[in-house]
Amino acid sequence: MPRPYLPKVITANALIEGDVVYMTAKGMWSRCMRDAEILNDEADAQIRLIDASAQSDDVVGVYLSDVAQGPNGAEPVHFREEFRRTGPSNYLHGKQEGQAHV
Amino acid sequence: MYKYSDFDAAFIAERNRQFRGQVDRRVAGSLTEDEFKPLRLMNGLYLQLHAYMLRVAVPYGTLNGTQMRQFAHIADTWDKGYGHFTTRQNIQFNWPTLSDVPDILDALADVQMHAIQTSGNTIRNVTADHFAGAAADEIADPRPVAELIRQWSTDHPEFQFMPRKFKVAITGSENDRAVIKAHDIGLRIVEQNDVLGFEVIVGGGLGRTPMIGKTLVEFLPREDLLPYLEAVVSVWNEIGRRDNKYKARIKITVHEHGIDAIRELVAARFAETKQEFAGVDMSYLAQFEDAFSEPVYSNRPVDAYDLAYSNDPVFRSWADTNLTAHRAEGYSIATISLKAHGQTPGDATSEQMRVMASLAERFGHNELRVSHEQNIILPHVHLAELPQIHAELSQIGLATANIGLISDIIACPGMDYCALATARSIPIAQEIATRFDELKLEHDIGHLQIKISGCINACGHHHVGHIGILGLDRAGVESYQITLGGDATETAAIGERAGPGFSATKIVPAIERLVLAYLDLRQSDDETFLETYRRLGLAPFKAALYPEAKAHAA
Repeated sequence: MPRPYLPKVITANALIEGDVVYMTAKGMWSRCMRDAEILNDEADAQIRLIDASAQSDDVVGVYLSDVAQGPNGAEPVHFREEFRRTGPSNYLHGKQEGQAHV
Repeated sequence: MYKYSDFDAAFIAERNRQFRGQVDRRVAGSLTEDEFKPLRLMNGLYLQLHAYMLRVAVPYGTLNGTQMRQFAHIADTWDKGYGHFTTRQNIQFNWPTLSDVPDILDALADVQMHAIQTSGNTIRNVTADHFAGAAADEIADPRPVAELIRQWSTDHPEFQFMPRKFKVAITGSENDRAVIKAHDIGLRIVEQNDVLGFEVIVGGGLGRTPMIGKTLVEFLPREDLLPYLEAVVSVWNEIGRRDNKYKARIKITVHEHGIDAIRELVAARFAETKQEFAGVDMSYLAQFEDAFSEPVYSNRPVDAYDLAYSNDPVFRSWADTNLTAHRAEGYSIATISLKAHGQTPGDATSEQMRVMASLAERFGHNELRVSHEQNIILPHVHLAELPQIHAELSQIGLATANIGLISDIIACPGMDYCALATARSIPIAQEIATRFDELKLEHDIGHLQIKISGCINACGHHHVGHIGILGLDRAGVESYQITLGGDATETAAIGERAGPGFSATKIVPAIERLVLAYLDLRQSDDETFLETYRRLGLAPFKAALYPEAKAHAA
């Protein structure tokens, strides 16, 4: 039996900083997962992935990542994606550093 | 130490100029990522989980104070104020931006360093015994030979597109501190009838298919080294498997063809390569031997050391744990631990780097080493200076007395940084070190090496840890598998899997049960964990790790 389709977001790394980015509904890249557009339809997700992959001047390594719908937008379902959206656990670097200044 | 020739400096400057242009073209959009990726990898630049990572070669782990200071400068200027020393005796910067990397490479060139061949399917930075040139048990300093191999392998036209990466390690001592049996080629300087040569070991490696290297030749004359290495790499380059990445390393080639068949193929190729080396390599080697001549040692009283050793228990503990016998009277090899309890193994702040550089310049003949165990070494220090060195290290969090003990853990960056990782390594290392520090048991436990990898590629050398920990992704959850009885020395052995993995919250208590069981099982305080394991085998340790299974059986 085919596995049921899980909602997805489009994610990549920014070309200059390497920071993790997510595709928003307006087709822009955001550093924040809660801004990501959740793609509930498989065919739509594939088309959006092709469009996003074409933006190779801004980002590297575009792919679809499984998510769950949370109260504040997309939530990762795998721990790797949790680390990607948060940053390393040994120092408050990366995205955590940014949040500390907010 | 080796100093760049005009040719070397011009070569690096030209490579850096080219890479600056490549980065500019990538940013401007005229190079795609597919086109750019091999170019950045040739220059040691990876894209990791959260950022780029620049891996800088520390040739055979040797550097001077100026170079260490430059690392500090790079860390402060273009990174986040620290660097990570690796199991390949390199340093990694975890947070450079793409557009800053050309400036970083220029800053490295200013101190005769680079990041070439720290990635890609090339011959990587040659690693060596971190006590080279200082150890009391050494036959000859392996670094001139390591430099010869570096120059031969850098930009070698035949070896830029090989089936996979290729790693060479060398030692000049019977006691292997360079893990030579777990490298594609391991070299050991040996002496036969008063003549120096090499034992050549081939086909070792960790990763997905761990293997202990096999001896290809027991005594290779010195003058045959480069033509012979060229023959080995050439044979593998031709018959090594390119159809399957996981079967491409020379260990698989040796395994599939057998060591005797490889020996014959190498001999046939060597007959050709030997003709091509007209002895110019030996004249270079002679120059390098001059460059690595021993420091001028002084004969001074060691009263200051004796006094501190008798009166200061903190100093005494550090001296007992972190010093190694030096070949010169009145001198010692001091290992600076980058494993303060609870800190990230192998990380040093820019401030710590500057202190280490200053100590090397003032007290250590301007030499530093990076060990594959992710510590820094002052290889030549006079005993009389050690109290002062210890005092300065203490002020900056670098005086941890734990070399060779349970908290001196090797850990790869794991999923906190690495794009290939399947689980985290660093927090596990931090928690184990913190826990055993709380228990105040680590000096009782004695020599015990824990090595942690966050994926099967085994950068953390888990297969050769007395206790190895491998982090995996099991159905979307971090799971840690334990291996026991591994050995990274001249008696190298691959550890045995103990049983099912433990979750991130259960792995540290499991290690604690294991170590407490060892304390009960050992015959005397002198019997190390590895000795007890070899005497008793897996069973009693397994019982400690899986008490519920034991209860079930009863």
